[in-house]
Amino acid sequence: MEDDYFHSVTLDASLCKGCTVCIKGCPTEAIRVQKGRAWIIPERCIDCGECIRTCPSGAKKAISDPLSLLVHFDYTVAIPAPTLYGQFRSTISCNRILTALKTLGFDDVYEVAAAAEILSQETRDYLGRDQGKGALISSSCPVVVRLVETRFPSLLDQLIPMISPMELSARIVREREKDRPGSVGVFFISPCAAKVTDVKNPRGISLSSVDGVIGIKDIYKELSLAVAQVEVEENLNIASALGISWARTDGEGSAVYSENHISVDGIDHVIDVLENLENGHIRDVDFVEMMSCPGGCVGGPLAVENPYVARNIVCTRERRHQEGNCTVPAELPHLPEGIDLFWTEALESRATHLLDHDYKTAMKMMEEMEVIRGSLPGLDCGACGAPSCLALAEDIVRGKTTEIDCVFKLREKIRDLTREMIALDSHMPPGLDR
Amino acid sequence: MNFEYQVTGDDYALVGRASSDIKKKLKQLGIPMGTIKRTAISMYEAEINMVIHAQGGSIHVDLEDEQIRIVLKDTGPGIPDLDLAMEEGYTTASEAARELGFGAGMGLMNIQRNSDSLHIDSIMGVGTTVTILLKIGD
Repeated sequence: MEDDYFHSVTLDASLCKGCTVCIKGCPTEAIRVQKGRAWIIPERCIDCGECIRTCPSGAKKAISDPLSLLVHFDYTVAIPAPTLYGQFRSTISCNRILTALKTLGFDDVYEVAAAAEILSQETRDYLGRDQGKGALISSSCPVVVRLVETRFPSLLDQLIPMISPMELSARIVREREKDRPGSVGVFFISPCAAKVTDVKNPRGISLSSVDGVIGIKDIYKELSLAVAQVEVEENLNIASALGISWARTDGEGSAVYSENHISVDGIDHVIDVLENLENGHIRDVDFVEMMSCPGGCVGGPLAVENPYVARNIVCTRERRHQEGNCTVPAELPHLPEGIDLFWTEALESRATHLLDHDYKTAMKMMEEMEVIRGSLPGLDCGACGAPSCLALAEDIVRGKTTEIDCVFKLREKIRDLTREMIALDSHMPPGLDR
Repeated sequence: MNFEYQVTGDDYALVGRASSDIKKKLKQLGIPMGTIKRTAISMYEAEINMVIHAQGGSIHVDLEDEQIRIVLKDTGPGIPDLDLAMEEGYTTASEAARELGFGAGMGLMNIQRNSDSLHIDSIMGVGTTVTILLKIGD
């Protein structure tokens, strides 16, 4: 692991006004406002990008790798997410977009949508072998995987232990180019901030085959110009509607073609369904597609086009691929031999909200927390910089802050002091007290 | 330490709030995952039963050193035949509840399967008290 606490989602302190909008929406309570600015608690952040969506000052950003990384490699391959196709009008062909992408400095391209088709088939087979674990959860969204690790560890064994389409694409490219002399660089063209983190600090595998993750928004301008200038479109699009549909909600779910599947998007809905899965309330469902972003990957923080517009474009392309000369392929893209599709490392619970490793100590802390919570106003106003009164109580018990961070508590203290001052003021020294 | 929850009857939208809150606490305390899952399932089922059959009630959760005790008290109609109620598939749930996916007649069985002890005291016309014990440890 390169850096355990690396995160794509970061704060631009110069733009942060210290307001408390971001702390409220964070699904893992990973943000606090202190000293006039927001701080992200690295071990809690799952790179979902909710704070990027809600920050009114644009102070939350997703960092990705620059195109300049390409110079470090002798041969470079771009592996674009299917979402890239949703960023350009549907009249612009997939081949045109891929040809233009190549001109930005890549020697070749391989669509992640093609790998997604292979994984659709493999997931279908995997579901066919009854696992006896109840509903299985897709692990293609890196935010969902991290959310399960931190907030729903009891569901870890229901995650499908398969690598993502991005990872599979990179492995296919590496296998193809294994005899090429010199260094080969594989770059994911991404709508997703969590993928940037996932490549540096992957789950389920020890090392990612991807060398860099380039945000769609960072190359969009250059790519748009290149798209306009393409003279001869190369025949680079091998993926069909099946793989392209993974860009949007229910693409994967339908591609896996499980009869009893549900597709969930948006972090709040994802959390709600995970709660229900944990409660054993979701029965008669064998596959759960989960996408942290609204609309699916098209809603990713590194995408440019409005997610609903992008979704429409993706759907139009799917229809065209099904009707036109690019019909659904008779056979799926070829999976070269020797590529492992499964995780090699077990996921572990990352109980980032654990109060203490010792049960009795944790219990004492929780008792204290409840007492403090009872003394707080219960408005969850956020002025203290914590997302709720309970979260402030937790921070106090953890020794990170004190009660007077609460404006109401501060007022109480000032009032008490004032009373004391008035009482003192009315007290005369005995010599003067006639 | 203990926690108290009030559950409103016939409010399906809020079902599971108490269970979710307890789950969060168990995770903060480092309770083993298996125990959390068993607690979640047991408490959620019992919470649903209260909403469907008894117009709500109160839930009292005791976190002890070695076990979790959940006591659900309601002032509902009572359970006429406990043995029958424990049978798989037996339900008296309303059409509305079943349409929402509740009341499949699996509730009590599920609790029994996931907990270490289930005790039900029910007096017709007075109410029902369900006591669930779960040992801490996988």
